[in-house]
Amino acid sequence: MTNTHVDYRLSQLDQLEAESIHIFREVAAEFEKPVLMFSGGKDSIVMLRLAEKAFFPAKLPFPLLQVDTGLDFQEVLDTRDSWVERLGARMIVATIDEAIAAGHVVDDGKTSRNRMQIGTLLGAIEENSFTAAFGGGRRDEEKARAKERVYSHRDDFGQWDPKMQRPELWSLYNGRIHAGEHMRIFPLSNWTELDIWHYIHREQIEIPSIYFAHEREVIERDGMLLSLGPEIQPKGNETVEKKMVRFRTVGDRTQTGCVESEATDTAAIIDEIAVARVTERGATRGDDRFSEAAMEDRKKEGYF
Amino acid sequence: MASTPQTSDAHTMAQGEMDLLRFATAGSVDDGKSTLIGRLLLDSKSIFEDQLEAVESTSQSKGYDYTDLALLTDGLRSEREQGITIDVAYRYFATPARKFIIADTPGHIQYTRNMVTGASTADLGLVLVDARQGLTEQSRRHAVLLSLLRVPHLVLAINKMDLVDWSKDVYEKIHKEFTQFATKLNIPDLEVIPISALQGDNVVNRSENTPWYSGPTLMHHLEHVHVASDRDLVDTRFPVQYVIRPKSDQYHDFRGYAGQVAGGVLKKGDEVVVLPSGMTSTISRVELFDTEIAEAFPPMSVTVHLEDDVDVSRGDMIARVKNSPKPSQDIDAMVCWMTNEPLKPRQKLAIKHTTRTGRAMVKDIQYRLDVNTLHRDQEAGELGLNEIGRVQLRTTVPLLCDPYSKNRTTGSFILIDEATGVTVGAGMINSGS
Ligand SMILES: Nc1nc2c(ncn2[C@@H]2O[C@H](COP(=O)(O)OP(=O)(O)OP(=O)(O)O)[C@@H](O)[C@H]2O)c(=O)[nH]1
Ligand SMILES: [Mg+2]
Repeated sequence: MTNTHVDYRLSQLDQLEAESIHIFREVAAEFEKPVLMFSGGKDSIVMLRLAEKAFFPAKLPFPLLQVDTGLDFQEVLDTRDSWVERLGARMIVATIDEAIAAGHVVDDGKTSRNRMQIGTLLGAIEENSFTAAFGGGRRDEEKARAKERVYSHRDDFGQWDPKMQRPELWSLYNGRIHAGEHMRIFPLSNWTELDIWHYIHREQIEIPSIYFAHEREVIERDGMLLSLGPEIQPKGNETVEKKMVRFRTVGDRTQTGCVESEATDTAAIIDEIAVARVTERGATRGDDRFSEAAMEDRKKEGYF
Repeated sequence: MASTPQTSDAHTMAQGEMDLLRFATAGSVDDGKSTLIGRLLLDSKSIFEDQLEAVESTSQSKGYDYTDLALLTDGLRSEREQGITIDVAYRYFATPARKFIIADTPGHIQYTRNMVTGASTADLGLVLVDARQGLTEQSRRHAVLLSLLRVPHLVLAINKMDLVDWSKDVYEKIHKEFTQFATKLNIPDLEVIPISALQGDNVVNRSENTPWYSGPTLMHHLEHVHVASDRDLVDTRFPVQYVIRPKSDQYHDFRGYAGQVAGGVLKKGDEVVVLPSGMTSTISRVELFDTEIAEAFPPMSVTVHLEDDVDVSRGDMIARVKNSPKPSQDIDAMVCWMTNEPLKPRQKLAIKHTTRTGRAMVKDIQYRLDVNTLHRDQEAGELGLNEIGRVQLRTTVPLLCDPYSKNRTTGSFILIDEATGVTVGAGMINSGS
């Protein structure tokens, strides 16, 4: 038996864990058809770990949903498969190509695949009539996210209305929705990037290897380091360099940059993030850089 | 690939295990709440370069003389356009002493419900007043709400001291006025600090402009205010959230009651009662994930096992045989009303209390509270948007409740409009319910 906390105080990490587990159980109890949106990134893996804890020793009472862009890093897909197998979870993969075929999204040749994820995701939610979708968003990521409730209501079109959010009091979550609507649920709302890493470290959580420093051929473009690959080739006077790098977020490989780093284990990553001067999205996400309100606009449309 | 932990910088690693303070800002529009949060983040070096660059360039393009730190938290497009806060922004920072979760709330009366959202979970309320204006109706309303919500610690930050020549008289006058008002409220711990959010005086760094002030800086106070004792460790309350029944070969007979401890300490061997049925049993095991633990206390999320096969389901509550809440269908509470359509007698609503959901009918609206004078208007008859009053409800299911003054979890509820599904009221149960 573990003797916990003689002074009846919970560390902030334990408090965050308790809050997230509470949210998972509340949703599983009150929603007819929840689903967990799983990207294979560190946040969705931590989410999965918390869900595992919330229902142990039972299996997860909901499936996982992944939007496959066709541009995911292989290392991420491998880790995903290993998690799914270990938990015996049910996995639904929605691909952009299928969504285009089904008419949920239109490929006009101008829209990035990352943006087409929105339509693909909404199509999958509608098709499966999911009523609640867990997302790994954290409020510290971006200033529009900082405004979002734990239970975030989406209308018939999957849209978020930031000016009309429901009050959210204490930990009394209101899960009422009308037919056709759904709720986005953010169990990691109050976690910071550093909390996530402390937790991965403490729990020795399996995450994709590309989060750790490794040697990779990269090209510098618009101030970001992009990984050389079939879609990313040098243009003009760009040069290919070999560098020790790691990824701070993992998304679509044409949009996600890496950072130079020597951090090969979680402890070193924690030290690195503690002194980082740029946010993880600012450093590495091409998709958030277009305007001050880029994230808010995508959220309103129904982005994760 | 899982990595193996290695030794790291001791200070950084310790941050995973430090304690947590949640605080919420309050006060009238433009008193400087968002600016103050921006200042706290900036001076505690919690702002990233790209975030600062973004607000600097926005400030410049708007033609401001200085960087508008409020832009660090006013994250919505309409907020930046109007220069006001509309909804709560949650911000995070840590010092070696603590991790902080800040709810920066709007001052505008129209968005009071969002202020209540931010304050409902706070350990500390930070009320700002503009030194030039002193207390306004809105600062009083927010102080009343913080007191009703039983936010145990309060800081009154007298802001914009730079605009009143750092006058000690101004500080003392507002200090006195507030203390007088506060005698009628429930504010166990009050600190009054003269600051300039814009220039940073007494926020993180002690000001040279206020030699007459010997109290703590805001940051020092936030780092040291004692919050551990605010939790109830005596009265055991465990609302059952979810019954875990794996129905697998390996865990064939497993039956665990999952929930978050709302009060007291639960341990193996405790004689307990399950409410509302009143059946008794003994705790046979308390576990956190796959590990048996000696004790569970608030706010842990755990799984509890009982020795006997009693009927327990979501919405039930596990308490001690000699110390349990009385199931009641007649609820007397202070209600904060949050929608345009007023609350009236005989109105029917959905109610959610801990993990229990039912319906409620308004039997009586005893009085409406005037937030300026604290006068109880017994003739009001209804509660309008953002108004607070004492309400009697009759519920379809018995609620297992405590007075809010004893337990913020088992003493609170929300009211939901059954047609729209929107949360329209926040309730705090009075003693004697
Ligand atoms: N001179 C001076 N101006 C200040 C100070 N603090 C804030 N201000 C200014 O006051 C104005 C309002 O500040 P905000 O921080 O947006 O006010 P707020 O309380 O967050 O307002 P709402 O969220 O809309 O209720 C801005 O122009 C600030 O620059 C101060 O200490 N001194
Ligand atoms: Mg503000």
